Parts: sequence; C-alpha cells; structure tokens
Amino acid sequence: MIARKSFYLLVALLYCAGLGMTVYHNRVLGVPFTPGEKRQIWSIEAKVEFTATGKPVLVSMATAGTQKGFTLLNKTAASPGYGLSLVERDGIERAEWSTRSATGRQRLYYRIDMMADPAAISAVPTLPPPIIKETAKEPYATAIVQILERARERSADAYTLTREIIKELDNQAQNSELLTRNMHRAGLIAQLLNDADVPARVVSALWLEDGRRRQELIKYLQVFSGYKYKLFDPQTGMQGHPADLLLWEYNSAPLLDVTGGRNSRVTFSIIEQEQPVAMVLKKKYAQSKWLNVSIHGLPLEEQALFKGLLLIPIGVVMLVFLRVIIGIKTSGTFMPVLIAMAFIQTQLITGLVGFVLIVGSGLVIRSYLSRLNLLLVARISAVIIMVIMMIGIFSALAFKLGLTDGMKITFFPMIILAWTIERMSILWEEEGPHEVLKQGGGSLLAAVIAYLAMDNELIRHLTFNFLGLQLILMATVLLLGNYTGYKLTELKRFKTLVDEVNADTDGH
Amino acid sequence: MRFWNSYTWPWNLSRTGILGINKRNHAYISRYNPRRLYPLVDDKLKTKQLALAEGVAVPGLIGTIREQHGVNQIEAMVKNWQGFCIKPARGSGGRGIILILRHQNGLYYKPGDKTETTQDMKRHISNILAGLYSLGGKPDTVVVENIINFDPVFDGYSFEGVPDTRVIIFKGFPVMAMMRLSTTTSKGKANLHQGAVGVGLCLRTGRALRAVQFNQPVRLHPDTGRDLYALQVPHWDTLLTMAASCYEMSGLGYIGTDMVLDRQRGPLLLELNARPGLSIQIANGRGLLPNLKAIERLSERRMTVAQRVDFSKQHFGVFEQ
Repeated sequence: MIARKSFYLLVALLYCAGLGMTVYHNRVLGVPFTPGEKRQIWSIEAKVEFTATGKPVLVSMATAGTQKGFTLLNKTAASPGYGLSLVERDGIERAEWSTRSATGRQRLYYRIDMMADPAAISAVPTLPPPIIKETAKEPYATAIVQILERARERSADAYTLTREIIKELDNQAQNSELLTRNMHRAGLIAQLLNDADVPARVVSALWLEDGRRRQELIKYLQVFSGYKYKLFDPQTGMQGHPADLLLWEYNSAPLLDVTGGRNSRVTFSIIEQEQPVAMVLKKKYAQSKWLNVSIHGLPLEEQALFKGLLLIPIGVVMLVFLRVIIGIKTSGTFMPVLIAMAFIQTQLITGLVGFVLIVGSGLVIRSYLSRLNLLLVARISAVIIMVIMMIGIFSALAFKLGLTDGMKITFFPMIILAWTIERMSILWEEEGPHEVLKQGGGSLLAAVIAYLAMDNELIRHLTFNFLGLQLILMATVLLLGNYTGYKLTELKRFKTLVDEVNADTDGH
Repeated sequence: MRFWNSYTWPWNLSRTGILGINKRNHAYISRYNPRRLYPLVDDKLKTKQLALAEGVAVPGLIGTIREQHGVNQIEAMVKNWQGFCIKPARGSGGRGIILILRHQNGLYYKPGDKTETTQDMKRHISNILAGLYSLGGKPDTVVVENIINFDPVFDGYSFEGVPDTRVIIFKGFPVMAMMRLSTTTSKGKANLHQGAVGVGLCLRTGRALRAVQFNQPVRLHPDTGRDLYALQVPHWDTLLTMAASCYEMSGLGYIGTDMVLDRQRGPLLLELNARPGLSIQIANGRGLLPNLKAIERLSERRMTVAQRVDFSKQHFGVFEQ
C-alpha cells in the first residue's frame, strides 16, 4: 500500500510541477498558448540634434529599458563619426556618443524595438527618490502654503493629495500663475509633494501612436506611496498608466546631456509592427539570462532537432493509450511512432503509399528468402539491403515520373522497415494473411493517429515552448501504466459471454 | 446493426467477474510470477527436465538437436520409434510442432495421411534451430518426443490434433479448466483464436460445462458432430493433482498447465504457460475474478496439494457428480 501511495504522490507531484511550469511560462513569461498570436512591436527612433562647437563632444542620453507593459527587444544606433557606448550605472543604461571634434548641425539616431507585453516587469526595481525640500522665498512661500493647505485638508493619502494639488493649481489661478513663472508645472507639483513629505519625481514619457514623427517627450508625475507608485498627468490629474504610454526617462536623471554642443533637442518617430509570437519569443529568450538555461539557448540547428524530439512523447502517449485503453494490436511496440515521425517528413499520403509499397514488395521478396533456409541475422540483413535498394528504385522511378514527393521515402527508418517486413512475413506464414492485415492495419492506424497528434502547429508550439508539458505527459504515461480496467476490444470480445450470463441470471 | 451494438459496457464485464488483459498483467502475472523463473516455463526442455526431477509424468523424450550439424541425426534417432513429435523448445502457441504417426521407406506420415520426406523434415528442423518459431527469433533447440496415444474416450472430439486440457493454477489452486479440441478450421492447432473448440470443464467432476468456437457457443464438434456437452475427462483427480503440484515445481503463482491423457500412462504434462490466455473464461461461461479473489482471501497457511485440490473442487465445482 505504501508503494501505491508514493506512486500517486509522484504522479501528483509531476502533474503539479508540470502545470506550475506551464502556467508560469504563460502568465509570468508571457508565452501564449496558441502559435498564431501576433504581438505589437513599437519601433521608436530617437533623433538627437545639436550644433557642435568644434570641441570634443560627449552626448549622454537616457534610454528606455524593459518596463511595466513593454519588453525591450532590440537597440540599434546610427551615428557616423561618433563612438557609441551603452553605459550601465546602477542598472540604468544610457547611450553615450563621443567624438574628438565636430562642427555644425549634428544628428544622432538611436532606435529601440519595444514589444507590448502585459507580463513584462522592470529588471531594476523602481525606488522612490529622496525627498528634497526647498525653502521658497516670498511671495512664492505663501502661495505654496495656500495650495498645500487646501489640498491636504481634502486628501487622505499620497495619491489623493496629488489629485487635490492639481485641482488646487487650477482653482487658485493666481497662485499657480505665479509659481509656474520660472518652473514647469510637473516640476512644481513634484516640489509641492516633496514639501508635503511625499516622494515624487518627474518622468519623461512618450505616447505611442503609429506613424508619428518629430514627437516630443511629455512630462508625467511618478508619485510614490511606500515602494508602490502611480503615474499622474500633471495637466489633467488623470491617474494611472495608459497602455500606450512608454516611459523613456524615469530615474531622476537628465534626458539629454551634451558637452561641446548647444541647441540640443530630442525628437521621436514611432512605427507600429505586428510580428508572429514565435519570432518575438525567440528574441525575448535570447536576452533573458536565466531563461537561457533551456533549449532556447541552444544553437538554432539543435533547437530544430529538439523541436522534433519533444514531439515524440506526444506520439508515445497516443500509442500507450491506443494499446492499453483501446487494445489496438501493432507489430513492434513503438514502430508506429517511428513511422509517424517519418510521415511528418514525407506528408501523410506520400508516406502511406510509400510504406505500403515498400512493405508489400518487401513481403514478396522475403517469401523467397524464407525458402533459402537462412539464419535469422543474415535474413534480416538481407531484408535491410533489399529495403535500401527498393527505396532507391522507388525514388528514381518517382523522379523519372516527375513525382518529386516520391523522393521523400528515403526518410523512412530502414532498420524498422526491415524488422516490420520480417515480423509480418513470419506472421503471414504462421497465422495467415488475415492476421497480417489486422496487425499491419493496426500499426498503420496507430501511426496515422500518432502523426495527426504530432504534426500539428499547436502541439509543436506547446511542446517546444512549455517544457512543463513533458512532465504532464510523463505523469499521464505513469497513470496509464497503472490502468487495470478493460480494453475497448475486450468489451467486444466478451460481449457474447456477458450477454449469455446475464440472460441466464435474468431467466432464473 | 450499428457497430456499437457489438460492444458491451465495462461494468457488465466486471459484474460477471471477467479478468481483462491489463488486470491479468498487472495484478496477477507481474505480482505472482517472478521474472527470473520465466526461462523454466518458456523452454519446454527445461520444463520437462524439471518435471522429471519432481516426478511429474511427461511425454517420453526421444532426443534433442541443438546444432545445425546435428540435423542429420534425426533419421537414426527415430528409427526405432513408430510415431514421434518434433517441437521447438521455445515455441509458443503450438507453432512449429509436427506430429508423425508412422514412417516407412523414408516417408513420414502425418495425421490425415499427408506425407513428408526426410528432406522436408530436415528443413523444418533447421528452421526451428534458426529460431523461426521462438520468441524474439532466438536460436532454438529441437525436442523430439514420443507420440502420445491419447485416451480413446476422446475419439471423435478432436480433428488431427491432440486434445489437451488446460488448468489455470493460482497459488497452487486450480481455478478454472478447459479442454481444447482442434478442428479443420484451426488446422489441427489447439488455439482458440485460430478456430479450435474450447470446452469449459467443471472443476469437481471434469464434465463439460459449455463449448465455444470463435467466442460463439457450439453444441456439436464442427467436424465430427459429437456432442461436446457429453464430454467428461477421465482420471480427473490425478490430472488436477498433477496440475496443482506444478506450483511447487515452477514457483510461479499464476500459470496455465497444459496436459494430455495418454492411454497407458494417464495424464502427462505437456507444457507450462506463464502468461495463460483469457479465452478460458469464454469457454467456461464465467469470469476468473471471483475464483482468484477467493484464493487471495485465504490465509497464508501452507496447504498440501491434496488440500488445495479439495478446496478448489469444493468451492469452484459446478456439478455434483
């Protein structure tokens, strides 16, 4: 009984781990369950313009990274004559261009591809900025106090305070006019919040809209409550993070820092693209460090190989089901799965025709071999050579007839075919053609079912991207291996008997 | 008739106590038959030697051929025997067995007056040696046995082949028995799926309970027309005792014992089967499970062969006499 218990525990563990991994891949890493899904990609190009003064130039620009709602896929820069480096400090990356000397109007380009990704989170946690209080002079001090007092009265926490401050700025027109005379509105609100002991900063953001050019960054307010924050539109007081608002600079650092130049400015052009999810995932996996400890980190060729290998468990589970639950008789335990793998290469109809042709003519030739009284190993070897010759002849014939599909029968596993022919031939001699048809047909049926299960874009996508499914398949096989109920074929085999017994007991 | 009309519901099977393949493999064969003991029953020669050592009667051994160069010995080997039987040691399902009733001037007479030349026989023997009939095609040994003069009570019950009696022995208790009679359809073979007639036997008396061919009940033998329901196996107690003693002999908990009745020598053990088929349930018209469970419920107290046979006769028998 203890063995049973640990068995079910193991199965439950496998299911849990498999399901957990699958849900994790879907929810946290954003891998979709269907392959056809497309993802929105925003290509954003920043153009830095300035007039160089002939001295050494150093340009440092804030850049956007993976953040809430967006995953960074690509970054490229075009800036002839300039050295570019991406400098990382405390997890914050800035683009830095430098050159020995330059004169005249300069243009530097920096481009990123951002994927709209609801599951994305920033790699570096966003920390509240330190609170900096400034002692304002009169008449500003009075105006500040007036606004803050009114706002504080009507607010409960940092967020409502922000809303009320924005409202008060609109209400007390005179005061706000006075205060914004030498300070922009967002900065003013941040300052007011700081004065009220609420951490807040001004961030630069970009509205994403397809086909826009020469866009400027707009200011947003980031107000913290503990380690959480909310975004506010300083003009309207609207709270929240719109889905198409990308934060470009959000680390209390200057957007652009130019030494050796003046009249600098940054503008943005935005293009929207749709890309199949598979391509996007590839890029995403290529970046993520710890996701790389998976098959996605392998060279492409090995990945393609694994894509095929990961399908085999699906075929194997189908086969176990067909044999244990349905009771289909196949010749050779896993021969149908191997045939199904060949069908994936050849396509179904070509594969079926090729298989029947090769095994059929193989049986004819093998019946002659059996009269030669050969030893078994020699006989199978002869059959293998025969199979190879037949495949050659059929390929050549098909090519001559213009049937290029016929060439694909070379994908059939020769040794397996040889054994199939051998087994079928012995079956024919011992049990007659009827049993050969039954087992051969059963094997082919199982192969076709396994093929249909495996050669499916959805299954291919799921098995390759959700490794947790392998654990689920494993647990399923273990459960099937424990099935002691009747097979479907037995329901037919024993029907007459059961009916009779029941008729007897009913009659008496 | 819709196709699903030829299927029944699983609960009908379990109510009748039918044992299915999955359950047989899982709950009986793999639980009660230690793997290491399989070679004893998969090789007829080993079974025979074991039976002789244990004093269980088996058909007389004329000789064996193990190597290809020994094929020519066959003529000398059978010279002084009138009838004989050639078998692959590791064949299954009666494959590769040839029965020779008599031989004269280099011609060997099979049942039904068909003949084979010495050349035919030698080819057959090399096929056996090459492993044509063995599991997995492994090289095999040829066993040449004395022919069985089967008991005249079975005259007319079997076409060409030897009528054999199969008893399923579970932990030493006989749990079900049947007789397998070959027909023209089965080409002299005793396998039910090839068309042999299966006759379920009452464990207390050895009398026929019911007979089936291709899963359908039959009353008369399809070739000879004899009433199958009138069949009663003689020496029944000896036969049951012999079958039950195969448990101690083989160490296997769940086996099928195949026996024949010889006119002079009585019951002889032909072979043991570690994976006995399930058709015996159809021949008997009842499922194996109730009997198997009754045995499993018994205490672990060791019982003698006679006690076990008595238990089975008392609890699993159908007819009083």
